[in-house]
Order: sequence, then C-alpha cells, then structure tokens
Amino acid sequence: MSKHTLSVLVENKPGVLARIAGLFSRRGFNIDSLAVGPTEHPEVSRMTIVVNVEESPLEQVTKQLNKLVEVIKIVELDGQASVARELLLVKVKADATTRGQVLETVQLFRAKVVDVAPEAVTIEVTGNAEKLEAFMRVLEPFGVRELVQSGMVAIGRGGRSITDRTLRPVPVPAPPAVG
Amino acid sequence: MSEQVTGAQSLIRALESAGAENVFGIPGGAILPAYDPLFDSTRIRHILVRHEQGAGHAAQGYAAATGKVGVCMATSGPGATNLVTPLADAHMDSVPLVAITGQVASGAIGTDAFQEADIRGITMPVTKHNFLVTDPAEIPRTVAEAFHIASTGRPGPVLVDVSKDALQARTTFEWPTELQLPGYRPVTRPHAKQVREAAKLILESRRPVLYVGGGVIRAGAAKELRVLAEMTGIPVVTTLMARGAFPDSHPQHLGMPGMHGTVAAVAGLQRSDLIISLGARFDDRVTGNLDSFAPNAKVVHADIDPAEIGKNRHADVPIVGDCREVIADLVVALQGESDAGNSGDYEAWVQFLAGVKQKYPLGYDQPTDGSLAPQYVIERLGRIAGPEAVYVAGVGQHQMWATHFVGYEHPNTWINSGGLGTMGFSVPAAMGAKVGRPDATVWSIDGDGCFQMTNQELATCAMEGIPIKVAVINNDALGMVRQWQTLFYNERYSNTDLQRVQAAGATATRRIPDFVKLADAYGCVGLSCDSPGEVDATITKAMEIDDVPVVVDFRVHRDAMVWPMVAAGTSNDDIKFARDMAPEFDEDDL
Repeated sequence: MSKHTLSVLVENKPGVLARIAGLFSRRGFNIDSLAVGPTEHPEVSRMTIVVNVEESPLEQVTKQLNKLVEVIKIVELDGQASVARELLLVKVKADATTRGQVLETVQLFRAKVVDVAPEAVTIEVTGNAEKLEAFMRVLEPFGVRELVQSGMVAIGRGGRSITDRTLRPVPVPAPPAVG
Repeated sequence: MSEQVTGAQSLIRALESAGAENVFGIPGGAILPAYDPLFDSTRIRHILVRHEQGAGHAAQGYAAATGKVGVCMATSGPGATNLVTPLADAHMDSVPLVAITGQVASGAIGTDAFQEADIRGITMPVTKHNFLVTDPAEIPRTVAEAFHIASTGRPGPVLVDVSKDALQARTTFEWPTELQLPGYRPVTRPHAKQVREAAKLILESRRPVLYVGGGVIRAGAAKELRVLAEMTGIPVVTTLMARGAFPDSHPQHLGMPGMHGTVAAVAGLQRSDLIISLGARFDDRVTGNLDSFAPNAKVVHADIDPAEIGKNRHADVPIVGDCREVIADLVVALQGESDAGNSGDYEAWVQFLAGVKQKYPLGYDQPTDGSLAPQYVIERLGRIAGPEAVYVAGVGQHQMWATHFVGYEHPNTWINSGGLGTMGFSVPAAMGAKVGRPDATVWSIDGDGCFQMTNQELATCAMEGIPIKVAVINNDALGMVRQWQTLFYNERYSNTDLQRVQAAGATATRRIPDFVKLADAYGCVGLSCDSPGEVDATITKAMEIDDVPVVVDFRVHRDAMVWPMVAAGTSNDDIKFARDMAPEFDEDDL
C-alpha cells in the first residue's frame, strides 16, 4: 500500500462532502485524511484527500469520484512536485519546572505558543507529516493533554494552477422544450 | 418570456417541456400541490399506481421499451422510500429514469416532521445523481438537468426532491437554454487510436468472441453490431441485459454466457484468445470465479463508463465511448484493413464452437408424470406471441427460462431486472412497457413468488386500460432458491414452499391465493393450464383478449431446474449442462 494525495475540485454545493464520503465507504476505500475548503473561485471547493491504496484501486477511486456529477476535476499530487502541510494544535503540560524545555522545543520546530495557562501551554505547529510526527515525539514526554490535527492540504509547485483552465464554464445545451 | 406561476405549475410545465408524456405515481401530502396543475395537463398522462414501487418499475419498463426517460412521482417519507428499490434497480441496469418526490416544507426539514425522510441522502448510493430543491426558481433548471443526466452518458436514475413550500410559492417559469454542469461531460466519441489498436488485436486473434452487454441495447447499436459481426464472422454472446441485441436465430449467436449460460457461450468466452466487450461489465454472474475466467484471452473493453473498464478484468485495449459509435468506428477500421487485404482467420474456432453449440443445445426434460414443463410453456409462448412481442420477466428460474426459450430477434423486446435481481419487477414493468408501446403485445413472464410481490398493479392495468398479459409460471415455490436447496442444501426446503400449510405440515387443499380468482377480482381475465395439451390453446385464447389484462396460471412441475449451471463462486470450466453432467470438449479441434 502507498499513500496518494488527490486534489479534488468540486462544486460548492450542499451534500458534496456526503457524496464523496459515502462513495469511499461504499466502495471500501479508506481515507487517511481529508481537508475541505474554499478556493479562489467562490463556486468551487477543493478537497485534499489522502488515500492508502495500491495503483489499481487508486485508478478505481479516481474513476468513481469522477463519475460524481459535482466533481469537476481530480489531480494526483506528486510528493516531490508539491508542497503539503498539516496544522496541529496541542495542549501540553508545562509547569514552572518544565515550561522552559517546552518553549525550547517550540522554538526548535518553529512552532508557536497560542495560549498559556499555569499548568499547560497550547502550541500551534504546521508542517508536513514527518515534521509533525517528530515534533510530537519530542513533546510527548511532557504529557499531552489534548490534540487536534487538520487534514493535509497540498498544492503543486511552480507557476501553473489546476483551477484556472478547467473552471471556465462550458455550458451544455439544455434539452429543447418539447411542444 | 417568463410568467408568474406556482412552483407546482412550474414543475409540471418543466416536465412537459422535458418531453414527459407518461408519469406513474401516487399523490400524498407533500407532493399534493403538484397534483393540482397535473390534473389540468393535456400533455402528461398520469397513471395512478397502487404502490410507489410499481410506479418506479413501470417507469423502468416504459424506458426500457421505448428508450425514452421514464418518469415516476411520489410523496415524501414512505412514498419516497418505496421508490428506493426501483431506483437501485435502474441504477444497476442503467435505465434512464427521473423520480420526482415531494419533501416536507424547507423549514421542517431535519425536524423529524410527519412523513419526512432524507430521500436525497438515502438515494445517493443508488442514483446517478439527485437534487433537493427548496427554491422554486430552481425547479425548471433542475428538471432540465435531471433529464439531461438521466438520458446521456451511461443512463441512470435521477431523483428530484422538491419541498412543499417551493411547490406552493409564487415563481416564474422559464425553460433554460443551457445547463451549467462543469463536472458532467460524458465521453461518447471513442479515441481513434484505441479503435485502431482494437482492430489490430481483432485481426491478430484466432479465437475472438464479441461479448455483448446491455450497453449495446441502451446505445441503440443492434444494427451496427450485426454489421460488425457479419463482416468479421466473429461468434457473439449476449448477456442477460443484452438479449435481443443480436438475433437468437443467427448462426453466429452462441447465446447467453454466465452462471446459467449456454455451454457454447460459456466455453466460447472461456477458450477465447480475445474478448471484445461491448457495453458489458464482466459481472460476477458472467465470469464466475474471476481468476480462472477466460485465462488466455486479451480484452478489448468498450464502455461509455470509464469506471467499468478494468474494474473486474484488466483491459488490454480500453475504449471509452458510446457503443454505437465504437462499433461503427470498428467497422470502418476493419473495413479499411479488409480493403488492404487483412482479415482475421477464425475458421477453426467458428467450426469448434458450432460443434459445441450443436452438441450441447439448450434443452429440458419433459416430466414423466404428464405434468407441465415450465420450459415448454415459455417456449410455446415465444413461438405463439412471436419475436415482435415484448417479454418482461421477474427474477428467478422463470427469468432464466424466459431468457433462453422465448427466442429474441430484436432489441428492447426483452426487459428484466438483471443487476439488482428484483423479485416483483415483472408486472409493473410490463405495465410501463405496454404504456410505452401500446400497439405491441406485452407478456409478463412471472413466477408465483414474484407475482405475489407486485400484482396489485393489475388493478392499475385494469382501470387505466393497459391490457398486459401475465404468464405465471407457478411451481408453488420460490423455485430458484429451492433449486439451490436441492443442489447445495441436501434438499432441505427451508421456507421455499409457498403452498404448505404450516399447522398441518401438509400441502394446501386449495391454492392460496387462487390466481384465477385473483385475476377476476382485479378486473382481469383469469385462465389456468396444467397440462401440455392445453398450452397452445390457452396461450391463443390469451392472445385473443385485447381489451383487458389476462393472467394465465400455468401450473408447472415443481422440480424443474435451470440448466446449464456454473455453481456460485466456481470456475466457468466447471459448467454442468444437467445435474452432474459436465460437457466434454474435443480440444483437438481447436
């Protein structure tokens, strides 16, 4: 099995997420991570879906997704030719004796403290999956009280855009009114 | 151009504009506003069915017989959930269908209101697409999109759920001139390079088979198929969904492949070196055990749905496109090769298969006790009603006998539930087919189990003047399940006997129900027949009645079984043409 990152452009309509989630569960595909958000076009949302499958099931995933009427375009992002980021918020135990060490770790990983309480700090960190894993390995010994993590978002490197060309509206002639 | 109307008027105007001529449905609370303008429509005939499942199957039968989009209508909640089975059926068999359902008022959605069901959520996995409309201004565009999506690309069912307040509100009606569907662009033109590659494989092969599926029927490509088959001489198999796409009487036709396929069709695929799949999907009922299916065959797979290609079996040459265009392009490509002096050499293969076909024809045993063989009834029905009639089956043994023994010569004359296998499909679907083709004789060939699931639509047929004919192949049992119990469960007939009196452990002294009396109660003519000598006269009598529906109760031998058979999960190499009888092939002929 290997991980694949799919950028899926969809019409920004109610129910699209349910359709995609339903398709994955119905066809027996596992989603590692999913992130949804708006794009530079208000009528289009972009999903970044990470799936853990072999090549040939991946082709089925892509083809089945493409059959959904509200899915406009699917691009598989190559790890080398794209930038991928996840966001993590973590609440770590930190009292007077350990706070210094925790803050040092934050500095090392270029993370950010976003809230401080007498017995804990809340830290924000972004990065690729490897960086976040490494960060958590270092933090864990201090005692993780709460953790929340976003799905991965990813974008291709270079000047080209996957959204500009395909989104030009291509009207279909409506069936002529009969009679 | 726009004028003030209610949302309900807009809906009916939109259905008229989309070309809907017949709508099968039942009113109820949430859809009620739409039924008021529908009452005045001169262009739409509404057929009041007795159960929403009947409405859905009728719309399917209508669509399958005519190639047009079938339309059904129901109210919210239970009305809508009763449409789920026909929608799933249409989804599996690629039937163009538009279902209109009423929904509770938009303010009440999500509150567990009376007769509320999230039908859009429920039908997401069993429709090609679906919509929830709460803004009356969106009604015409949504209906136009629904008809467009249902009828183009790979056809399928589309559901439009409209909230009651949208139906009641004032709005304007304007039929759209164009649709914005940025994510829906079905490919119908095949890629020229792929067609050339396919032609190359066809010429190189020595044992090719044209594996014809329901896509050829839906694409209206029977004529093109015949040209391709006859110019190349390649043997043809037609799947359950494709029966009628190629004439049964044609010498190149090997019959139906699969679990209950003919020995020639199964052996043909199994021993082929090239499968040219046209609008078929390598269903498990065709391939049997996939790993041992046609082990030496390369595959040309043409389908309008890219997701079907390579789904079950690797395709050496994938072709995405409409079957009619694919076949037409293949004909041109092969003609070009032929003009250049290149043509395939299939002589040994054709001879081999002709031998298999002759050695293992379809057949059946006449019961020795003088009772009626179900296959004989169906065979005679096919001869007497002829290939111009439309035959609509339910699901089970009678369906398999009907696919084998009627004899189909034309597309759209065989209608059945293939993918989903919905018992109860036949009577309502036959009703829809008869509405679509009022001048054709329409025979429902049904089982006694199936018939008891949906026979309430006989009332609709009688009231609405839809004179279908129903042949109930009555073996007092759920026959196909019983056959499996005979073969795989040591003849332990758990819950398959439809005439056993539980208390006494005995067989009923009279039939419950009596189908002849039932037919009479529904305003139909009821006939019965239980001996071979009466079969022709009974069918002829049924054929003579054309003003009311006819139900014939054919009381047949209960132990008849469907052969040939490839047991579930086993290899097609293990086909039996009768119980414990495996065919022997003279491989040296190849």
